[in-house]
Amino acid sequence: MWQAIHEELGPLGLAVITVAIDRSPDDARPYIDRAHATHPSLIDTEHRVADLYNMVNVPTVLWIDEEGRIVRPQDVHYVSTEFASVTKFHPRKPLAALRSWVRGESEAYPGDPIADLKLASDADQRARAAFAIGWHLAQQGNNEAAERWFQRAGELAPHDFNIRRGSMPIRGIDPAGPAFFEMVGDWVSKGNAYYLPLADTASDAHDFEVEPVEQLSPEEVRRRILENG
Amino acid sequence: MATWTVIDEQTVYHVESGGDLRIDPGLLGWERKPQGLCKGDVCIPVPPGTADGPMEAAEVARLLGRPLEVDATERVGAFGASASERAESLRTGLAPDFTLPDVNGVLHRLSDYRGRKVVLYAYASW
Repeated sequence: MWQAIHEELGPLGLAVITVAIDRSPDDARPYIDRAHATHPSLIDTEHRVADLYNMVNVPTVLWIDEEGRIVRPQDVHYVSTEFASVTKFHPRKPLAALRSWVRGESEAYPGDPIADLKLASDADQRARAAFAIGWHLAQQGNNEAAERWFQRAGELAPHDFNIRRGSMPIRGIDPAGPAFFEMVGDWVSKGNAYYLPLADTASDAHDFEVEPVEQLSPEEVRRRILENG
Repeated sequence: MATWTVIDEQTVYHVESGGDLRIDPGLLGWERKPQGLCKGDVCIPVPPGTADGPMEAAEVARLLGRPLEVDATERVGAFGASASERAESLRTGLAPDFTLPDVNGVLHRLSDYRGRKVVLYAYASW
């Protein structure tokens, strides 16, 4: 959990800033309370950070140095084994890399982080404008009109799951239900990946052999997350 | 004339306009000067003969190179950030600044954390 990282590496100069891309503080509060988070736990209801940093899914992590420079581009990191049996992401390499970077023992990324940033296309930015209309209409309760805009946004940027999945709660669609699995299944069947972790800290079978993880069902994962404090 | 909702990236405004959305470019931070639409040191020429005052939103979007999506029935228009502007910003290497509230409503700015290494972690309840 990021709170443990904050406590361990905060004294060494790391600031953990979490951003919930959710429609209200109430959606994020269970996670923040459960974590007993004392680091900044921000709420991004309008997908501002997603736009600025071209984040297309969650979780997404970026590392920034003391001068405010991006030193590691968009990546997918989990820092606990708790849900690894379901997410398939093991924390072992991300944690080692993070500790090493914070301690000044290694670079944040074995390449040029700016050259390797994933940048948005014109269609991606148009999709964000379409999403903003859908979001506004949905917040007004104009669900039929909103639905057309969420569809359009998803068609313009089919890889953007902050849009395609992030819009599901406000549309009354279960983001962990059949519609979601169908969407991901369709995406993957076309040869795409749902997540794009960077290679240097990507999980592999060896991680799971060296540090076995607790086997949980998806239902148990949801139960643990929703159980508050 | 009717009330339109105009969204500039993630900021929502309400303006009065007719059936085709026309806006004062000042809404988006651009000032009409003899040289064209100007913001800071940058000026973008407007076509000769363009009248002063509110301009067609589509024309403003075209001049600024920004995507514009419009729902004429619901009277909502959204100007997205241009892909090239986002790319230029990220290519400076500097993490774009932002201000967001925490769960208690207290505002935090990314640049407040200069002087520390930062891990920026975005997640969601979904």
